[in-house]
Amino acid sequence: MSYGDRIREVIEGSDVAVFMKGTPQFVMCGNSNRALEALRRAGAPVTAVDVLPDPQIRQDLSAISGWPTIPQVFVKGELVGGADIVEELEQTGELERTLRDKLGEEFAAAREERAVSLV
Amino acid sequence: MTTEPLRTLLERAFPDATELDVVDRTGGGDHFQVVVTAPSLDGLTLVDQHRRVYDALSAPLADGTIHELRIKTKGAR
Repeated sequence: MSYGDRIREVIEGSDVAVFMKGTPQFVMCGNSNRALEALRRAGAPVTAVDVLPDPQIRQDLSAISGWPTIPQVFVKGELVGGADIVEELEQTGELERTLRDKLGEEFAAAREERAVSLV
Repeated sequence: MTTEPLRTLLERAFPDATELDVVDRTGGGDHFQVVVTAPSLDGLTLVDQHRRVYDALSAPLADGTIHELRIKTKGAR
């Protein structure tokens, strides 16, 4: 079974989608944590998908995104990058600008974190 | 793995690099940080710049030699 359709659904249907190791409540990897913390500092709403329950999730995700590593952050369906890029963009203020451009001025007002399970 | 094979792969992919650095972050030979500054990265988004690094290191990434990779890229401008 392929997770492709459901992965695409999350990417296309979420303001900010994060594919990570673990959940926002229990992060299982340093890089996933770096990306998540940068998103939190920028005030981003987050829809998180844990890739750990099935290695196939990660394979199908990378086939779709063409990005080999975890985490992967998408804003309005577009790949923003992994932990290094998201951290860099947060430090320069570029991440907040992107969020404002794509989600609107009030993007942080309804800030929430939700975890979506694909298994 | 030592940093040398990775450096060679990156030098091949970025012959114009003005800065090219590979650091073994933990000393364990599988957590690396690479820094690449090159004119050929000019005008590319960060995502595309990092893709160029991933492409250069696709073999050691695919076979698990690189467990974790941190990337810092810049164009020359």
